[in-house]
Amino acid sequence: MTYKKRYDGRNFDQMREIEAKAGVIDRATGSGYFRIGKTIAYAAVYGPKELHPKFMQNPEKGLLRCHYNMMPFSGQGNRVRPGPNRRSKEIGLVTQKALLPTVNLENYPKAVVDVFIEFPQTDAGSRCAGICAASIALADAGIEMKDLVASVSVGRVDDKIVVDLDYEEEAHEQGGTADMPVAIIPSTGEFTLLQMDGELDPKQVKEALSMAKKACEEIKQAQIKALKDRFEVKK
Amino acid sequence: MTKEAKSKLLIKDKEIAAPGEVLATGMDFLPSYGTYRLNNEIMANKLGVASVVGKVIKIIPVAGRYPPKRGDVVIGKVIDVTMNGWIIDINCAYDAMMNVKDATSDFIKRGENLTRFFKIGDHIVAQITNVTSQKLVDLTVKGHGLRKIFGGRLIEVNTHKVPRIIGKQGSMVTMIKQTTGCNIIVGQNGWIWLSGTPEGENLAVEAIKKIERESHLSGLTDKIKSYLEKNKVEVSQASKPVGVEKKTQSSKAASVSKPEPKEAVKSDKK
Amino acid sequence: MRGTEIKPNILRYMDENQRFDGRKLDQLRPIEIEYDVIKTAEGSARVKMGGTEVIAGIKLEIGSPFPDTPDNGALMVGVELLPLASPEFEKGPPSIDSIEMSRVVDRGIRESEAIDTKKLCITKGEKVWMVMVDICPINDDGNMLDVSGLAAIAALKVTKFPEFDGESIDYKKPRKKQLPISKVPIPITVYKVADKLFVDPVAEEQKEYDGRLTVTSTEKGMLCAMQKGGDEPLSADDVDDMVKIAVKKADEIRKKL
Repeated sequence: MTYKKRYDGRNFDQMREIEAKAGVIDRATGSGYFRIGKTIAYAAVYGPKELHPKFMQNPEKGLLRCHYNMMPFSGQGNRVRPGPNRRSKEIGLVTQKALLPTVNLENYPKAVVDVFIEFPQTDAGSRCAGICAASIALADAGIEMKDLVASVSVGRVDDKIVVDLDYEEEAHEQGGTADMPVAIIPSTGEFTLLQMDGELDPKQVKEALSMAKKACEEIKQAQIKALKDRFEVKK
Repeated sequence: MTKEAKSKLLIKDKEIAAPGEVLATGMDFLPSYGTYRLNNEIMANKLGVASVVGKVIKIIPVAGRYPPKRGDVVIGKVIDVTMNGWIIDINCAYDAMMNVKDATSDFIKRGENLTRFFKIGDHIVAQITNVTSQKLVDLTVKGHGLRKIFGGRLIEVNTHKVPRIIGKQGSMVTMIKQTTGCNIIVGQNGWIWLSGTPEGENLAVEAIKKIERESHLSGLTDKIKSYLEKNKVEVSQASKPVGVEKKTQSSKAASVSKPEPKEAVKSDKK
Repeated sequence: MRGTEIKPNILRYMDENQRFDGRKLDQLRPIEIEYDVIKTAEGSARVKMGGTEVIAGIKLEIGSPFPDTPDNGALMVGVELLPLASPEFEKGPPSIDSIEMSRVVDRGIRESEAIDTKKLCITKGEKVWMVMVDICPINDDGNMLDVSGLAAIAALKVTKFPEFDGESIDYKKPRKKQLPISKVPIPITVYKVADKLFVDPVAEEQKEYDGRLTVTSTEKGMLCAMQKGGDEPLSADDVDDMVKIAVKKADEIRKKL
C-alpha cells in the first residue's frame, strides 16, 4: 500500500490554508498572528528594553529571547498543564536560533528583545507557525531584519514526501512517517531551523527541503502582505 | 552575476515596505537607510514607508521604540535620584541621566537633597544633550521651553508619528491646541502631555490617535480639521492655556469664523 | 499639584463625569463575544471589551471525585496572565493577581451553582467529569477580572461533552450533549477613587485606586460571590451603591450572551 491521497485532500506539495496578520496586540511593541490550518500562533514582541540582571547583558549587542507556550486548551487530547516544560523550553531555544540570523540588534547593546509565542489551538506544525508569527511580530516592532523567516514542516507519510503534515498525518501508521520542521531565510535559501524525527533517506531529505523552500516563499509573501495590511485604514 | 541590462524599481514612493521585500533590481539604484544590497537586488530591512529620490531608495520607519537622538526634546519621568543627578525614563530602551549642572544654575552644596528640584514621579520636558555608543543618554532642562510639568495628562503614541502630529512648523499641533483649548507638549519620544478640560483633552487625544492611525494617508490636515470642528467642545474660561485667544462660549459659528493662523490652514500635501 | 499622577487625573475627569476614553463613569466599553473559536476545546469563547481581549477554553476530563463529595463532578478555573498580553505580566509562576482572579471567577461559577455538579457524576466515588476552565488574555487593556468571568461563562454555555465509552475519552469524535448550565453568573468590579465609583477601567485607570468590590450576580439580581480589594476601606453605603451598580451592569452584559 502506498499513501495515495492526503487525509484532507491536499496535494502532496500543498500547505494548509494560511492566514497572517500583524499588529493584533496593542500593548506589545510589535505583534503577529499566523494560522496554518487549525494551528494558530500569536506572537508579541516587547522591547528592546534594558536587560536585568545586569550580568546577562551583552555590551556589544542586544539579546533575543523567545518563549514558546501552549494554552491549556490548545492540545489535541487532554488539557495541557500550564507552565514551562522541557519541550517548550527546547522549542523556545530553536525558535530563537531560527530567528536570530536575520535580526540585527547591534544598535541595542545591553538590551533585550522578548518574543512571547502563544498557541490557543494546535494541529501539528506549531513551532513552525510560531516562528512565522514571531517573524511578523519582530518586523512589526520595527526591528532591523535582513529578511523575514518563513517556516514549515515537511516530511514523509508512508512512501510520499509531503509538505505541512497535520496531526492526522503525523499519526499515520502504515509505512511510518517522518517529520522535519525547517525555517528558511527566503532571500538566501539558508536554513535556520532544521529538526527531524522519523526515518528518511538522504535523497528524501533533499527532496523535502526543496519542497520546503517553495512553500516558504509562499509564506513570506503572506507575511509581507500582513505587514502591509496593517496600514490599511478601516472605514 | 553579470550586469543586468535593465534595472527595475519594484516599489513606489510612499508605499509601505516590509523587511525582506525586494525594492529594486539591478545596479542602478542605491540603497540608503533601512535598505541593503543583496547581490543584484535592493532589499528592505525595516518596516516603513519607501522613499525614492532619484536613484536613492530608503525606508522611513513606521514602527518600533524611540531611538534616542542628540538634540531631541523629549518628555521624561523621574524614576530615581542619585548622588549627582536624576535617572529619567524617556520611553526608550535605555534610561537617561540628568546631572545637577543640567538642572539648575543654583549653587548646590555637596550632599544636598536633590529632591528639592525634582522628585521621583515628576515629569519634565528635557533635551537630549548626548547619546554615547553604549547608549548612555544625557538630558538637560536648561533651555527654552524646557521645564518641569505640572498637572495635565500624559499619553503615549508611536514615536515615528510624532513629526505628523506636530505638522509643518507645528501647524497640526497648533490646530489641535486651538480647537480643544488644551496646552500640548509633544515629546519626540512619543510621550505627549496635554492640559485643558477633560472634554478638551479627550478630544485632543482622539485627534492625535486619528493622526497616528492615518498619518501615511494624504489630506491628513483637512481630515483632522473637519474632525475637530465636528466634535468641538466649548472651551471654558478657567482652563484656557496661555497664548490661545478667547473664544466665545456660545456658538460654533463664532469659532468657525475665527481666522486660523496661516500655517494651520495650509493643507498637508506630504 | 505635582507631576501627572493618575489618581488626581481620574478625579479631575470624574468631577466632570468623564473618563480617559470619553465614557461615563458607569459605562462599559463595547463588548464582542465569539463562540466556539477553539476546536481543540470542548467549549470556548473569545471576548473583547474595548481593547481587552481574552480567550476562554473548557476542557472536560474524567477524574476521581473529592472524597467528601463522591457524587459531584469537579470544577477548576485558571486565569493565566500571559506575558504576551501586557508588559506588566511576568513570565514564571502565577502571580498573586492571577491567583486572585482565578479564585474570584471560580467562586462565582461554583457558588451560583451554574453547573449542576451532581450531573457530572459517572460512577459514584469513582469517576466524575472534571470541568477545567482556562482563561488566557491576548491583550490587556484593563478589567481583566470581569472580562475573564464573562469569557468563562460564555465558553461554558457552549460546552459539549466529548465521547466517553466508559473507559476513555475520544476527543476526535463529534461532541453532542451540552454541558448543563442553569444560571449565568457575571462578575462586575466597581472601583472607588475618593468618592467616585466607576466600572470597567482601562489599564491606566486600574493602576491607582482606593478600593474595589467585585460582585458576581445571577439572573434576578441574586448575588453569589464578592471580593473586596484595594488598600482603603469601604463604607456600608459604598457597598450598597457598588452592589446596585454591579447588578445593573451584570444584567446589561447578560443580554449580550
